[in-house]
Amino acid sequence: MTDKTANLANLDKEGLSLKSVSLWQITWRRLFKRKSALLGLGILIVLVFIALTAQWISPYDPYQVLIGIEDVDMRQAPCIHLLGCPKDQPQHIMGIDGNVRDQFSRLLYGTRLSLMVGLTTVSFAIIIGTILGALSGYFGGWVDNTIMRVMDVLLAFPSLLLAIAIVTVLGPGLINALLAIGIVSIPAYARVVRSSVLSVREMDYVSATRALGGNNFDILFKRIMPNALTPLIVQGTLGIATAILDAAALSFLGLGAQPPTPEWGQMLSAERNQVFTAPHLVFYPGFAIMTTVLAFNLLGDGLRDALDPRLAHTSK
Amino acid sequence: MACETHLTRVWLILVSNEVERVVTKNNAAPLLEIKHLKTHFFTEDGVVRAVDGVDLQVFPGEVVGLVGESGCGKSVTSLSIMQLISAPGKIVAGEITFEGQNLLELSEKEMMKIRGDRISMIFQQPQTSLNPVFQAGDQVAEVFRIHQKLQDEEAWEQAVELFRMVGIPAPERRAKSYPHEMSGGMAQRVMIAMALALRPNLLVADEPTTALDVTIQAQIIQLIQDLRKEVGAAVILITHDLGVVAEMAERVAVMYAGQIVEMTDVISLFDKTFHPYTQGLIGSIPVLGKVKERLEVIPGSVPNLVDLPPGCRFAPRCRARMEYGLDLCTKVEPQLIEYQPGHQVRCWLYQDTEEYKAPLKDRG
Repeated sequence: MTDKTANLANLDKEGLSLKSVSLWQITWRRLFKRKSALLGLGILIVLVFIALTAQWISPYDPYQVLIGIEDVDMRQAPCIHLLGCPKDQPQHIMGIDGNVRDQFSRLLYGTRLSLMVGLTTVSFAIIIGTILGALSGYFGGWVDNTIMRVMDVLLAFPSLLLAIAIVTVLGPGLINALLAIGIVSIPAYARVVRSSVLSVREMDYVSATRALGGNNFDILFKRIMPNALTPLIVQGTLGIATAILDAAALSFLGLGAQPPTPEWGQMLSAERNQVFTAPHLVFYPGFAIMTTVLAFNLLGDGLRDALDPRLAHTSK
Repeated sequence: MACETHLTRVWLILVSNEVERVVTKNNAAPLLEIKHLKTHFFTEDGVVRAVDGVDLQVFPGEVVGLVGESGCGKSVTSLSIMQLISAPGKIVAGEITFEGQNLLELSEKEMMKIRGDRISMIFQQPQTSLNPVFQAGDQVAEVFRIHQKLQDEEAWEQAVELFRMVGIPAPERRAKSYPHEMSGGMAQRVMIAMALALRPNLLVADEPTTALDVTIQAQIIQLIQDLRKEVGAAVILITHDLGVVAEMAERVAVMYAGQIVEMTDVISLFDKTFHPYTQGLIGSIPVLGKVKERLEVIPGSVPNLVDLPPGCRFAPRCRARMEYGLDLCTKVEPQLIEYQPGHQVRCWLYQDTEEYKAPLKDRG
């Protein structure tokens, strides 16, 4: 036995590599093989970079009204020197908005807000949804019934309508809008987590942990949850896109971010009557929303494929 | 050892181990005593009487085999000992005394302290019994964290030490492997390491070798044997493989449809079998060197545990019943009686009543 062990250890040193690869690493590698997911990831990296460095890369202060500072008009069309705009005019690559502010700077700052909206609402919803879903999936019985019926009630309303109702009660404003969107998206996560906990808790390794003397809390949150995370990650990534859209919609309706906050939905809403006279003021924020949502959706779809358990052991 | 076939292995081992296997007449108190255990599952189709009145004693340090077909209640018995029966199953009657404590009276919290520490378990499917998202070493270390409240590093070192003990090559590196990178045999070694980590007094091995191929089976059995001696644990070995039983067990209980039908030491089990069911089981093992057109079979299959036949549960499949023309079998249930010293059997062939004379009462 010892001989054999020694031999094997030698073999091992000689090149039979035993480098361990976790499931997450496998997923990561598989994600990198998907062009669309990579595109989404790429756009996201750019967006995050913009959000982090907005204060340095934006040419103007997003709140600064340029009347009397520069010779510009309200809703002036973009002026880009490279494309032939006279050099003596100040350069505004996305034009000037209705309050004579630099649209480009506002758009850059808007990235910050949109990503923040997406991340905070989804984290909020995931934390609460996961706890509720995990408890109801693990314990079943009346716990399950109580929690899931409440979730059903929440799901019975169209999500935006419910969010509007919540904001109406709490009062308009960005924080309240975040809260509303967060609450509205809890049921989706609770359901996803519940269903995966239901299937994972029947696995042999859960009984094995129980046979080792693990308590319910450890078993549920340390041993079951890591295995139930896959669909949650996908749902979360796609959920960020929805949350950003919802936040933009609420702001568009005047219930979210209030002027002069540079928020994409709010920027759209402020200039919506000028679609024909100053299309650039509606186009750019709309395009920004679309790009961000698209990026999250592409990444989410890629993750779903990469995390698919049916492919788990086929291509390492 | 690997190249020998089944039954020759059985007999060789029986003979060679005989000296070692001093059947200790235990005067000591049993480590585990199961009395009239009944575990039923309340399903939509009716009450499944998976374990229906099992009595079993396990003495310190001995290996008890629990043998039977699939669905005869072996695994449910073991899960009942661990108290891991979940709804719709329920232990409806009986007593499980372990080290003087009735486990059925303990709270879940007290039971948690016993599981993995005083009683531990090895499962049938080693690869699915390991959590796929954690490194194998981490899962072994978990045992130390739960029961001994060790810190991560210390627990990890202990785990690596255990990997070495169960003969895993390159333990430091292997501890960092994930379950999907391990073979079945290696995964089972990890499970054994986990089960024996805290030197339990009782190890419940639920078909530890069933999912492994034959060469690995032999290694795993040897490993369990060696470590068992080192740790001094008693083992309840659940299996349907009589070869494994012959190799490891000192006493054997044969289960059929939720009941123990025969119980004796392993030598008498193969030497002078009393119960027709056990005879059928042993008769159905191929014997090397004996030319047979067909292997013997036990006709029929295990009865539906929801709708058990009245009388003896084996009666509908029993050849002896036909041979001796016994009517009582289909009407009244026989009791588990001590037919010979240390050899219990549940069959009307051996049991008298006031108005009934058993045909084989005085033979054997």
